Amino acid sequence: MMESLLVANRGEIARRIIRTARRLGIRAIAVHSDVDAGLPFVNEADEAVELGPAAPAESYRNADRILDAARRTGACAIHPGYGFLSENASFARQVEQAGLIWVGPSPAVIELMGDKINARNTVATAGMPVAPGTPEPVAGEAAAIDAAAAIGYPLMVKASAGGGGMGMAVVHDEDGLRKQYAAVSGFAERMFGDPGVLLERYYPDARHVEVQILGLADGTVVALGERNCSVQRRNQKLVEETPSPGLDPELREHMLAAAVQAGKAVGYRNAGTVECLVYGEPGAQSFVFLEMNTRLQVEHPVTEEVWGIDLVEQQLRIAAGEPPSVDLAALRPHGHALEFRVNAEDPVRFLPGPGMITTWTEPAGDGVRVDAGYAEGTRVTPSYDSLMAKLIVHADSREAALARARTALASFAIAGPKHNLPFFVELLGEPSFSDGTYSTALVTRMRAARPRT
Amino acid sequence: MAQQITADIAANVWKVLVSEGSAVAAGDTLVILESMKMELPIEAESAGTVTKLPVSEGDVLDEGDLIVEIT
Repeated sequence: MMESLLVANRGEIARRIIRTARRLGIRAIAVHSDVDAGLPFVNEADEAVELGPAAPAESYRNADRILDAARRTGACAIHPGYGFLSENASFARQVEQAGLIWVGPSPAVIELMGDKINARNTVATAGMPVAPGTPEPVAGEAAAIDAAAAIGYPLMVKASAGGGGMGMAVVHDEDGLRKQYAAVSGFAERMFGDPGVLLERYYPDARHVEVQILGLADGTVVALGERNCSVQRRNQKLVEETPSPGLDPELREHMLAAAVQAGKAVGYRNAGTVECLVYGEPGAQSFVFLEMNTRLQVEHPVTEEVWGIDLVEQQLRIAAGEPPSVDLAALRPHGHALEFRVNAEDPVRFLPGPGMITTWTEPAGDGVRVDAGYAEGTRVTPSYDSLMAKLIVHADSREAALARARTALASFAIAGPKHNLPFFVELLGEPSFSDGTYSTALVTRMRAARPRT
Repeated sequence: MAQQITADIAANVWKVLVSEGSAVAAGDTLVILESMKMELPIEAESAGTVTKLPVSEGDVLDEGDLIVEIT
């Protein structure tokens, strides 16, 4: 195993990676921006290096400063966490060229999967179903209308330069397309300097289901079940669970096999996630590929809880060329786990609300895990995403896990920043969430049903 | 009547889409703030002319700071 590991990230994920590194006797090195100096991940590392000011370009996204910190501390390996430089192929290449171990898939695979069109073609060739759509930006409104007729409505009109849920609109017919084509294209030109527009089939009542894969050092690819991440606002996940309720068992097997096949086709190493959309009534469900994330996911803990393994440990072992800590082929999942993303945002409109944390009391007990990036007396700043902590519950059944979640949420106390704990309490009372029939439309439906505040 | 729009929360100024003297219509996006990786569009509540615009792209705003005044 490697002697030392630099964690090129912050908050809860840096702390979580540092915890595993230290447990394995690996010297853990944190890097941080000036505003993050007081956070738990900095204090809990064996060494810490300040990178610069809060702006990600001057700290967590600054490859030169991170590589310099690695040199100065004699780090053997770099774990990128999620976000920031985790899916940046040229950074991964620089890490390897500096003679360090990159904890992730090869730069070539990151590059291949990072390109939406290449990724889609690659997995389609490996036998995975993909959503019908235009393979490149459409050339004008007339071309869009022709393409739409071939794909079929409803459609998602997407700015090709867009991201993070901006520059997207759903259309149900040609009139809608005419209107939105001009609107999205104009918006994209003003906002991103690129008027390019893509069309893709839209699945209104779909579920977001993703497969966790691990590409082992010996070239084997295994799937560690799937996760349902359909509780979303602004196309961003709020709650994830495994196993996915209401998923046809045959479809699940098919998805897992297709994800493994896609991983094998690209020679995947380390942890990765194949995201899919599942649509159709139970008994007649289908799925299509959405995208592949070539890194550890925020929601990896639900998989860890039901499979009883530490995914970060497996990542480090794979990166070091070692076999996994247990025989993964013999491993069986147990029970049900859910994760709730505790964000610094209001629970009604989900608008961000940073601030100084004056109270922070975490729930504890059997089957309750909290991965937190902050503590009492630390400040949530506007510079980074709003994730403060993840509450993970695990029990023998989904019903028992939901009961555990209810108790844990009631004993979680946060004051200072805005937070979304009340939303989760509301969610637990939502019939379609309790019975597991919910789709990605759930949060929008919940908010449409109550008066605006 | 002047319409003053202030920041609801601590945020960074991501895009400034108008300048002093611009004529704007109700609902026009004037400035886009960014906080916690989320874009927050600031829109004109009513039509008028931009009379004050003390912010520029990259500025860091505290809660309550003036973003734009429309008269």
